[in-house]
Amino acid sequence: MPQPLGSLKETPSQTGGPYVHIGLVPNFCDIAGVWPTDLGASMVNTRTLGERITITGRVFDGLGAAVTDCIVEIWQADATGLYPSPSETRGSSDPNFAGWGRCPANAETGEYRFETIKPGRVPYPGGGLQAPHISLWIVARGINLGLNTRLYFADEAVANAEDPILRRIDPPARRATLTAARAGAAYSFDIHLQGPRETVFLDI
Amino acid sequence: MNVPRPPTPPFANEPPETGAFFARDRQWHPAALTPAYKTSVLRSPQKALLSFGNTLSEMTGPVFGHNILGDLDNDLIHNYARPGEAAIGPRIIVHGKVLDERARPVPGVLLEFWQANAGGRYRHKKEGYLAALDPNFGGCGRAITAADGSYALRTIKPGPYPWPNGVNDWRPAHIHFSIFGSGFAQRLITQMYFEGDPLIPLCPIVNTIKDPAAIEQLIAPLDMAATIPMDATAYKFDIVLRGRRSTLFENRLEGN
Repeated sequence: MPQPLGSLKETPSQTGGPYVHIGLVPNFCDIAGVWPTDLGASMVNTRTLGERITITGRVFDGLGAAVTDCIVEIWQADATGLYPSPSETRGSSDPNFAGWGRCPANAETGEYRFETIKPGRVPYPGGGLQAPHISLWIVARGINLGLNTRLYFADEAVANAEDPILRRIDPPARRATLTAARAGAAYSFDIHLQGPRETVFLDI
Repeated sequence: MNVPRPPTPPFANEPPETGAFFARDRQWHPAALTPAYKTSVLRSPQKALLSFGNTLSEMTGPVFGHNILGDLDNDLIHNYARPGEAAIGPRIIVHGKVLDERARPVPGVLLEFWQANAGGRYRHKKEGYLAALDPNFGGCGRAITAADGSYALRTIKPGPYPWPNGVNDWRPAHIHFSIFGSGFAQRLITQMYFEGDPLIPLCPIVNTIKDPAAIEQLIAPLDMAATIPMDATAYKFDIVLRGRRSTLFENRLEGN
């Protein structure tokens, strides 16, 4: 027998279940006082650099019903394209920008909402730049492994056309599922788990 | 209004983690569509996922400082209880390490926990089980791993409970875990089960995982060495996050 490699297997995922709010957003589900505020509730303050935007949307199941018990987390670069992460080695990001946000869907309407800034462009390994984008992670009852996708911005047509990830989506018509429509400073981004408009989900 | 400061590495003498992650073994994880767990039927993507190598967007991720934690955040027996009171149920310690696939400890990782009370009842408005609420039990907690990747929480052993799936399906006793890593691609939610629970092999959610060895990875053994005499039993639950590729002898491309 050769030497064992000593490597481990990733802990397998299990669904967040219907009560995922208790652990992730306890104040949202009326468990007050354990900690002061829910983590990820605000991403910006008055000094955050960049263009202020809001992102709203809903997650829909295979029958077109809004998923009212999901939680959406987002992760994005600051206005100059730097991530607020120790793994960001190119420079220091905006100290007034968190980069990460978490929002439970509204229990009646299913809407999620983030107040953030438009991210800058981030390099692509091997050269070039990615189009401005936000990474999303979605968990809910019935989702066995958190779903990854990305939001791109409809008003960034030139950058989107050269984005290496978007360009790999085939057929090209599905690229539109990752593009948020703009109205003023508000972007809307609905996510479809199944059906003819199924969102492109990512194996990252 | 304040927002979290951009993080500094939790252990400043360690270089930051910057490599790309090993590909996720999706045969080890549950599939999206698992019909015996009925809710997955309408919530499972049906088209192929788009696979691509990690970019900075996946290799970076939020980290959280110990300053967000309160003294009782990892003590579910007391963090919702009235002063001088405590949650009802078998007192337990759950402890372990967060490691990566290369078996290295992962420090500075935020863990969030949630669970039912000792009767199997969650504190949630959508919960309809007839078991009683415990006025001294909220059911949430959190911790951040130490330099050696270790964490611990004190809680009561949750009860099993029935759930509307089949006519008579029961969840084995379990604690939910949410785990951050150093990169957004490591983000994970899972459930910890208790050694010896006869409901484990019967559970449709457990059985969304195909490989018996993967299921065993979610079962925490009784750990007598970590018990506190006359106080609490203990269970050990190690967690493995995706590892980063070694960059030994690797050509670094411009902009990578």
